[in-house]
Amino acid sequence: MGTNMESTVKHVIKEYQHDKTRLLDIIRDVQSRLGHVSDESVIEIASELNVSQVDVEGVVTFYHFFSKTPVGKYAVYLNNNPTAYLMGRAAVAKAFEDEIGVSFGETTSNGQIGLFNTSCIGMNDQEPAAIINNVVFTNLTPEKVKTIVNDMNNNVSVQDMVKELGDGNNQHDLMKAMVKNNIQRKGPVYFTDQEVGIGLKRALSMKPEEVIEEIKKSNLRGRGGAGFPTGMKWEFCRQAEGDKKFMICNADEGEPGTFKDRVLLTEKPEMLFEGMAIGGYAVGAGNGVLYLRAEYMYMKSYLENVLKTLRGKNILGKNAGGKDGFNFDIKIQMGAGAYVCGEESALIESAEGKRGEPRNRPPFPVQNGFMNLPTSVNNVETYCSAPRIIVEGGEWFKKMGTAQSSGTKVLSVSGDCKKPGIYEVEFGTTIQTLLEMVEGRTAKAVQVGGPSGKCIGKKDFGKRICYDELATGGSMMIFGPDRDILDIVHNFMEFFVEESCGWCVPCRAGNVLLLNKLETIIAGNGTEKDLAELESWCKIVKSMSRCGLGQTSPNPIESTLQNFREIYESKVQKDSNYVHAFDLAEAVKASCKAAGRIPNLGAH
Amino acid sequence: MSDIKFTIDGKECSAKSGQTIVEAAKDNGVYIPTLCHFDGLKPAGTCRICTVKVGGRNMAACTTPVTSGMVVENKTPELEDFRKAIIEMLFVEGNHMCPTCEKSGNCELQALGYRYQMMVPRFPFLFPKRAVDASSPKLYIDKNRCVQCLRCVRGITSADGRKVFGLVMRGGHAQISMDNELAAQLSDAEALKAMELCPVGAILRKEVGYAVPIGKRKYDKAPIGSEIEK
Repeated sequence: MGTNMESTVKHVIKEYQHDKTRLLDIIRDVQSRLGHVSDESVIEIASELNVSQVDVEGVVTFYHFFSKTPVGKYAVYLNNNPTAYLMGRAAVAKAFEDEIGVSFGETTSNGQIGLFNTSCIGMNDQEPAAIINNVVFTNLTPEKVKTIVNDMNNNVSVQDMVKELGDGNNQHDLMKAMVKNNIQRKGPVYFTDQEVGIGLKRALSMKPEEVIEEIKKSNLRGRGGAGFPTGMKWEFCRQAEGDKKFMICNADEGEPGTFKDRVLLTEKPEMLFEGMAIGGYAVGAGNGVLYLRAEYMYMKSYLENVLKTLRGKNILGKNAGGKDGFNFDIKIQMGAGAYVCGEESALIESAEGKRGEPRNRPPFPVQNGFMNLPTSVNNVETYCSAPRIIVEGGEWFKKMGTAQSSGTKVLSVSGDCKKPGIYEVEFGTTIQTLLEMVEGRTAKAVQVGGPSGKCIGKKDFGKRICYDELATGGSMMIFGPDRDILDIVHNFMEFFVEESCGWCVPCRAGNVLLLNKLETIIAGNGTEKDLAELESWCKIVKSMSRCGLGQTSPNPIESTLQNFREIYESKVQKDSNYVHAFDLAEAVKASCKAAGRIPNLGAH
Repeated sequence: MSDIKFTIDGKECSAKSGQTIVEAAKDNGVYIPTLCHFDGLKPAGTCRICTVKVGGRNMAACTTPVTSGMVVENKTPELEDFRKAIIEMLFVEGNHMCPTCEKSGNCELQALGYRYQMMVPRFPFLFPKRAVDASSPKLYIDKNRCVQCLRCVRGITSADGRKVFGLVMRGGHAQISMDNELAAQLSDAEALKAMELCPVGAILRKEVGYAVPIGKRKYDKAPIGSEIEK
């Protein structure tokens, strides 16, 4: 076994030419061949790459989909997003446990099946959903689980377990996924039939500065959620010194409830890659990287084939778009399960084969990014906007939306509504209008922009979706009248505790303290003082954390304290001096046992 | 040399090009509290205690370079309270036993606790179960006391540049770990350096201790930061 491990590791590392920056790929390949990454494998990888063992151990233990212990021949990862629960996740989870005979976090003793929780896998419109060995299973029911587990026990290949395919390119030979696009509303920007390549051709007939000018004129802002003006980002990157520059596409949509990039990647990958080439021309970059979240591994071969086709059409590659001297190509880098890698500098670290810890800024990625070279990181949807803006003009784009937020936005709608799926709407659309569109009129709360966004109630349904009012990277989760808001908040806080990278104190410790306090309140042991403390602790974590994760992680609590305060108040005791959370019997249990005494707590 | 003019809490200050706010503040006799910062090491910004406000935005003074005309807010009541909160978070996040710790009196976390007059942390103790790693012949890591400042990670490398210490796991489970092979090769001087880099009592030399008696230690006479404030 030891020698098998050694030869496997040596073989994998040789395939990656002993390149340390490919550590994520190396670990993934070692795990897929050996079932896990053992201590011995860590030592072997470190020795082969001539890096420290803690560097390898640090990366293996950072990412959700890497494991030090065997994950099973079939590794089942079941989404635990709140929306999944609305759609019957609890029964499906129980069915998995019963049929497999293990609890979550365990692997069967024969090493056949492992069962794990995982945060949002980008399938919120078709939950409950799971990933088994990179293959996605949607709309699960306890009955379907029985068949799946039976198949796994009978060694059926995981692809053969997919009985029915989804729509559109999900049916492509290289994808064969049961995933559905659910495109409910097409708008003028993203889901059109613009011919592939004409945007790039037009851009290449302009000067790079003119391309940037056109993007600036459109007032296009980052579609991942942060909303930084794209034209400015490209301009900074163009102005940065460096012979070599990079365009990175952030396809790590990890914000719970978001799945719009999945659909763009499925149906509009040519437009995305064309957008990256336009950006590459504008900033003077010759290389593009698509950083694809591990959950979307099922698309990798399909997307690689799209890249190949585009090279064949000379849209990518040497003299790309037929422009002499413009060489631009794109490679795909897989993630390995870490929400924080959606933060651009963490994504860059991860793409370099390291722990996905955000960097300190300055310097910004546009000055010093991937491999320390000027790098522009943009969202999938942002890149998809570029070919359209170049063809139709910045003015055309700017006419849509609001003054500060131009164009349309692709929304991922899920939860308590009749028509979940993808909606391309103009910025400025109100929540009320959206709820009518998606037939979710009974909603009592809408989670705008995922957990890191805001949970709003009816009084705010008249507000508009745009960067300066209700900002969203695309996630819109709808909660009906019977849903337990605190349960949802709890789920989100568990998510942030799990996903904090652990680098800075306020995010690492603060989120745990917030979660514990929330649990005290939910258990009915809170007081009014706890509510006041919760509020002030949220402020501490937001104000002191290093990156966007900790600066927004208290939002589920903060926004519901603001918009649904009565729910919290109904849970807490009114006599604020009594510490309900303190259980005297529990506190003295260990010492009484040690002393052999039976405490007399009658008086308390 | 002192070409950049800026202010901290209204005080006119000057900085050399490339200096961070923490470094420049120190040269101007202004104390900005730090914990993960160590002169000569690349700033990490892990503890966030040095957070200051510039142009309405909070930023770590240890990682932010001074720019001309910068207006830095340092000792505002809100920032001071938030800094104290971080010190308290560190006390509840680990298991700190000052009276029995070899670093007592030389410990920067303890000294910050005194400076910020921490009585009882506002947060409940988490009492985590953490390990002591004594596998290295020269030193041991008591993870109960570790604040994950990453000074050891940044400051101690092997001759060929490999990390001896590193961060493993993530979130609340993140912890410092050693490369056992490299840790076994540390010299006495390197082990001592690791201990001196550690702001708390998480990295301690084996077989020696309490060379300086309590009462004569670094922060026994004057509070942390008083050496900077003029």
